Amino acid sequence: MYKYDAIDQQIVDERVAQYRDQTRRFLAGELTDDEFRPLRLQNGLYIQRYAPMLRIAVPYGMLSSRQLRKLGDISKKYDKGYGHFSTRQNLQLNWPKLEDSPDILAELATVEMHAIQTSGNCIRNITTDQFAGIAPDEVIDPRAMAEILRQWSTFHPEFALLPRKFKIAVSGTKEDRAVIQGHDIGLEFYIDKAGKTAIKVWVGGGMGRTPILGSVIREHLEWQHALTYCEAIVRVYNLHGRRDNMYKARIKILVKALGINEFRKQVEAEWAHLKDSPNTITEAELTRVSRHFEAMPYVTLPAHDASFDVTVASNTAFAAWVKRCVHPHKITGYRAVTLSLKPHGKAPGDATSEQMHVVADLAEKYSFGELRVSHEQNLILADVKLSDLFPLWEKARANGLATPNIGLLTDIICCPGGDFCSLANAKSIPIAQAIQMQFDNLDYLHDIGDIELNISGCMNACGHHHVGHIGILGVDKDSEEWYQVSIGGKQGNDASLGSVIGPSFAAEEMPGVIQKLIDVYIKERTPEERFIDTVRRLGVAPFKAHVYAKEEVAA
Amino acid sequence: MSNLIQLKEGVASIVKNEWTLVSLPESQAEQRVQAGKVVLFKLTGENTVTDEQIATTAIPAAGKVIVPLSVFIARKNELALRIASQEIGVWLDTHEVLEHLVENQPNLNALPIIAIHVERFADGRIFSLGTLLRTRYGYKNELRAFGDVLRDQLFFLKRSGFTSFQIRADRSAQDALASLNDFSAPYQGAVDEPRPVFQRYNRTV
Repeated sequence: MYKYDAIDQQIVDERVAQYRDQTRRFLAGELTDDEFRPLRLQNGLYIQRYAPMLRIAVPYGMLSSRQLRKLGDISKKYDKGYGHFSTRQNLQLNWPKLEDSPDILAELATVEMHAIQTSGNCIRNITTDQFAGIAPDEVIDPRAMAEILRQWSTFHPEFALLPRKFKIAVSGTKEDRAVIQGHDIGLEFYIDKAGKTAIKVWVGGGMGRTPILGSVIREHLEWQHALTYCEAIVRVYNLHGRRDNMYKARIKILVKALGINEFRKQVEAEWAHLKDSPNTITEAELTRVSRHFEAMPYVTLPAHDASFDVTVASNTAFAAWVKRCVHPHKITGYRAVTLSLKPHGKAPGDATSEQMHVVADLAEKYSFGELRVSHEQNLILADVKLSDLFPLWEKARANGLATPNIGLLTDIICCPGGDFCSLANAKSIPIAQAIQMQFDNLDYLHDIGDIELNISGCMNACGHHHVGHIGILGVDKDSEEWYQVSIGGKQGNDASLGSVIGPSFAAEEMPGVIQKLIDVYIKERTPEERFIDTVRRLGVAPFKAHVYAKEEVAA
Repeated sequence: MSNLIQLKEGVASIVKNEWTLVSLPESQAEQRVQAGKVVLFKLTGENTVTDEQIATTAIPAAGKVIVPLSVFIARKNELALRIASQEIGVWLDTHEVLEHLVENQPNLNALPIIAIHVERFADGRIFSLGTLLRTRYGYKNELRAFGDVLRDQLFFLKRSGFTSFQIRADRSAQDALASLNDFSAPYQGAVDEPRPVFQRYNRTV
C-alpha cells in the first residue's frame, strides 16, 4: 500500500497544527459556530446528537495492521472502545470530545492517517473496489490512480468550498463493485483498442434526496488527463452549481438541469484550456505511485490444498463460512476473506477495539499485514493462503468476526441512524438488529441466497438504500419514526434505483414486512433466480399485494 | 489601523489601502444573485443592476477608485481618461461572469486592480474566478479579495492567484498573516505554483 514520504508526512503534520489552532480559536470564542463549522467538517468532525462524531479517512479502504491497531487504541482512549466502519470505507468514532480531536489527529498522523476532507463541501475520500489488485476479473488496479487523485484533491485550493460535497469513485474491473454510477464522478478504467489504459468518465450520479444514476460524459479519456478532466468538471460545477438551496446543490442537479449534452459541452470547453497543463499525470509519477501497489511476495502454490479440502468436507460450519466469506483470488492457491462486521443483533459495521487488534494480528499473520474496508462495511483480508483459512476462521470465529452471512440478508448495509446522527429521521440500527434476529437461521439465510438489504435513517442515504435489493428509508411523520420500503434497487454495471412499494411502516412491523417480501420471492422464484432477478421479472405488484394484503382485508 | 494584507514577491505585509471602493446605491428592485430556476444556470451573472442604480452611483472625482463591473461597463467612456492614468479598478461579485469584463476590457492589464467581493466566506466561486483571471485571461496586476474574508481561507485565496486580502473589519489582519503559510509543499499545481508536487521534487519510493 501507499507509504508516505517526507512531503506527505509534512502535509498531515501541518494539518494537525492548523486544525489545533482553529479549534483553539473556536474554544476561545474567536471563531463563531458558523465560521468553525466548515473548518471542523473538512476535518471530519460533526457535532452529533450526543457527542461529536469524528470520521477518519481510510483512503480507498486500505489499512495496514499498524494503522488498525492505532485505530483500536484511539477508540479505546478517546471513545467507548468501538468504532463504526462506514459505506465510504471510513471509520467513524461516535463519542470523542471536541477538545480531544486535535490530539486524535496528531496520533493518526503518526501512522500516516488523517481525517482530511471526510466531510464538508469538498472532494471527499476516493473509494474503490475492496478487491482491487487481487480480483480475478480486474483489468487495471485502480489504486495508484486513486492515490494520485487523493493527493490532487487534498487541499485543492480552487475546490476548497464547493456548493456541496463531492464524491469520486474509481474502478478497474469488468464487474463494477465501486458503485461507479452512484458518484459525482465515476472513473471506470479499461484497456482501449490500442492496448492503452483509458477511462470512461461518469458524472452526476448520487444517492441522497434525489437519487440519480450517473451519465457518461466521456467514453474515452487517456489516463494522463484524469486530473485535468476532473478539474474541468469540478470547475463548471463550482461556478454554476446551485448555492441557494443545499438540497439542490449536488452536481447531479446541475447535470440534470443542463442536460448531459450541454454539461458535456461546457466541460469540454473548459478542458480545452486545461488539457496538457502541469497537473497532467506523468508516466514517472504513475510508475512511482504504482510501485507502492506492486503484487505481494506470493509463493507458488498448488490450486488445491488437501487439508483444506478435508476440513471443508468434514466441518459444515467452516464450509458455510467458506461459501459466503471466502472469495476468488487471481493468484493460484490464494483467497480473499471477508470478516463479517454483521453478527446478528449487533450494529452493522461496528468493531470493538479488541476486534480491531485481532484483525490487525490476523492480517499480519495471514495477509501481509494489510487489510481493506469494504463499502458494505466489512473488513477484508485480501491475500490468504488456502491452507491458512481454517486457523484464520477459528480465530475470527472466536472473536465474532466469522458470521457466514456475506451477501446474505443479514449482511445489512446500515448508517448510524437516529441513535447517533443528528440528521436522521429515524433509527436504523434497531431495525437492522430486528431483521437479523427474524432471520437468525443460517440454513434459511443460505436458502434465500444472495440479496442486499440497505437501511438509511434519512434521505441523505448514507446506507445507500436506493440501490438495495430491498431498501429501507427512515421517514418522519408527525414526529414519529416510520419506514418506507423499496425493492428492485441494485449496484453494479446494471445498477437500478428501487421502487417504493407503498405506505410506510412502524418499526415493529418491519421484520414481518421483510418476511413477506422473502415469502413472495421463495414462492415465485425459478431455480436460478436471486431475489433481485425475481423482482425485475415480476415487478413490484405481487410483493406489494402480499405485504399489504392483511390491511386490505381489514378495510 | 489597516486590515489589508498584501503579497509582494511572496512576502506578506499589512499595508495602507490606497483604493476607494465604490458601491452601487441601494435598489428597490429585487436582486437576483442566483437564478431561481435551475434551467437558468448560465444566467447566474445576469444583469441584476438597474440602469438607475448605475447612473446614480457616486464615483469620487479624483483618486484611485474601484468601481462595480456594471458601472465600469456602462460608464467606461466617462472614465476613459482615468482608466488611462491607472486610477480605475473593477470589482465583481462571485455570481458575475468574467466574460462580461473581458468583452468590455480586452486588455485586462490596463487595470491596476481587480477585486472580487465574497458575500459569505463559504462561497468558493471566488477561487475559480481568481484562477480564471490569472490562467485564462492572463491578468497580472493586483487581485484583491474583500467582503467576508477570513484567515482560514487565505491559503486557498493565495493559491488561486489573489495578492491582497481585505480582512473582515472585526478580525485581526495581523493574526491572519500566519494562515497564508499553513502548508509549505502543496500537492497540486495551482496559480501560485503551477507545477504539482511530482513536477517539483524527485519523489522516489
